[in-house]
Amino acid sequence: MTAASRINRMTPYLFLAPAALVLVIALLYPIGFMIYASFLDWRPSQYISEAEWVGLRNYINLASDEAFLESFGVTLRFAAIVVTLEMALGVGLALLLDRKLRGMAALRTIFILPMMIAPIVVGLMWRYMYHPTVGIFNRTLKDWGFDPIPWLSDGSWSFVAVVIADVWQWTPFIFILSLAALQSLPQSALEAAQIDGASGWQKIIYIKLPLMMPVLIVAVLLRLIDAFKVLEVILVMTNGGPGLSTEILSLRIFRTAQEFQELGYAAAMSNYLLIMLMLLTIAMFAYNSLTERRSARLRAAAQEDA
Amino acid sequence: MPKIRFEQIEKYYGSVRVLPPLDLELDDGEFTVLVGPSGCGKSTTLRIVAGLEELSGGEIYFDDKPISGLESKERDLAMVFQDYALYPHMNIAKNMSFALRLNRTPKAEIDEKVNRVAEMLNIGQLLDRKPAELSGGQRQRVAMGRALVRDASTFLFDEPLSNLDAKLRGKMRTELAEMRDNLDKNMIYVTHDQIEAMTLGDRIVVMSEGIIQQQGTPEQLFKEPVNRFVAGFIGSPTMNFLDAEISETGKGVTASGDGFSLLLDGPLAQRLKSHSSKKVALGIRPSSFSDDVSVGPTMDLRLIVSEYLGAQSTLVTRCGSEEVLVEHNSSIPPRAGATMTFALRTDEVMAFDTETGIRI
Repeated sequence: MTAASRINRMTPYLFLAPAALVLVIALLYPIGFMIYASFLDWRPSQYISEAEWVGLRNYINLASDEAFLESFGVTLRFAAIVVTLEMALGVGLALLLDRKLRGMAALRTIFILPMMIAPIVVGLMWRYMYHPTVGIFNRTLKDWGFDPIPWLSDGSWSFVAVVIADVWQWTPFIFILSLAALQSLPQSALEAAQIDGASGWQKIIYIKLPLMMPVLIVAVLLRLIDAFKVLEVILVMTNGGPGLSTEILSLRIFRTAQEFQELGYAAAMSNYLLIMLMLLTIAMFAYNSLTERRSARLRAAAQEDA
Repeated sequence: MPKIRFEQIEKYYGSVRVLPPLDLELDDGEFTVLVGPSGCGKSTTLRIVAGLEELSGGEIYFDDKPISGLESKERDLAMVFQDYALYPHMNIAKNMSFALRLNRTPKAEIDEKVNRVAEMLNIGQLLDRKPAELSGGQRQRVAMGRALVRDASTFLFDEPLSNLDAKLRGKMRTELAEMRDNLDKNMIYVTHDQIEAMTLGDRIVVMSEGIIQQQGTPEQLFKEPVNRFVAGFIGSPTMNFLDAEISETGKGVTASGDGFSLLLDGPLAQRLKSHSSKKVALGIRPSSFSDDVSVGPTMDLRLIVSEYLGAQSTLVTRCGSEEVLVEHNSSIPPRAGATMTFALRTDEVMAFDTETGIRI
């Protein structure tokens, strides 16, 4: 091999090097640091080199830490409930609005507005609306002659309150994806179903939903990953309270690091969360490559027959 | 099988009229082909029958029963789409049985029907595959099978063969023709391909710009077209049109134009007498030319290209400045650039009014 051709072969790697460097510094280093920190008993007042190496103790303690498990449970419950509600509402709205209406473009823009607002602002907004005396909800209830609801001061109600806020903000995401999926469905298959005698509901159940499934599965996974990480809205609205009723995992991590000053313990919690999100992400990639491989195989089979 | 009657049906998209009021009657058990160039309203007409488009005016009757208020499923029809419109997520058996399953037909009956039709169409081995795993021709058969399983009284075909390659199209055309003879159903078939129309139709309806130009048997359309559009649309290779001036001489009627002068006789000459010293368009089918110069008046044609098709050739020739197609026996290969003399079978020649296009 000549020197010139060797340099030629190196060229792509040279071009990739800056990006690789950024990736290592910006992504791998922090993650590595966090994993390392999770094996330490480390306080903010110490240099990391002074921190005591405790091996897996943080992880083992976490497994029996009731507050952590409670948080974990709240997170799972929160993610499951909001994603279910958002899917039902988002897909339902998309099915309803998948038609040519005057002003549809404007309506769609309005629908996705909540998604564009910064989470902190969303949190503040809802906190004012949930205010026990001057908030719009309780004032309206009072006007209609009902008792006020302790939106943010009662454990069960505050969970409902944060769920409502999250559903309000993220349903549009599902709506937009579902609408796009619906509008790219093969029109003639739906017409064939109509000729075959399918009613509106039967078309949805037997044709539209199955054909939308690939998009819906990706949407669910994306929303689950996001819901597990939610922080700002809840931090602003309830700060995890009352009690631990709305203390989701990321909030617990934040408080462990900030208030309890246990950096190593917080890092270990982060890793548990990371592992869970990894599993979801891997599931998503696996699903994607599975469908891709399947369609490639189908195409190949069809070509052989032709 | 219902008798289908269209009464003044109209279709507008907003303010655009795609179908002016149209009347048509289809007899019980007939294979009707709607044929015409793209945008002539034939597909719209079919989709209106299917219930996929709403009427803007008029009414369709199945056996004197108005159907415009009925859902597609209440009209008892099955349809084959141009792009097959198979359900991509269902296997072939499920695709074919979808309508029956919606009907809650007993499982044994569904299986029996699907297997019978699959057997008939030779797709029995494909039943558990998905549409994506099939070739174009197989998908076409499945689409056909899905319609047949329904056992509906009216079948609608929307250009079902236009996505197939030429060889497969020919094969499917033959199979369809065979199926037509075995099934006692109303069939409405939309196509832009006049060969399909001629081979399949009991009755052909030629449409252009939403208007029915002519309807009749293939033979009627070929031999007695009412106007220049139908004459030019039906028949392959297409009819030649030559501008000619009519003059009456002692011997009969002469039609002369750029590079030719023909002495006509027979009934056409009689009809042309009233057009003396006027312009007409002469319509001459490529098959009306003969090598044997004794059969009629002759024309000298200069050969440009010879399209060799085996036993026959289509000669592209020029008469004056006009292009003229001639069907020619290939035994003596002609030479490009040569001028050849052909005789015309004058009883096959037609004449059309240059302005209205109506046949004289």
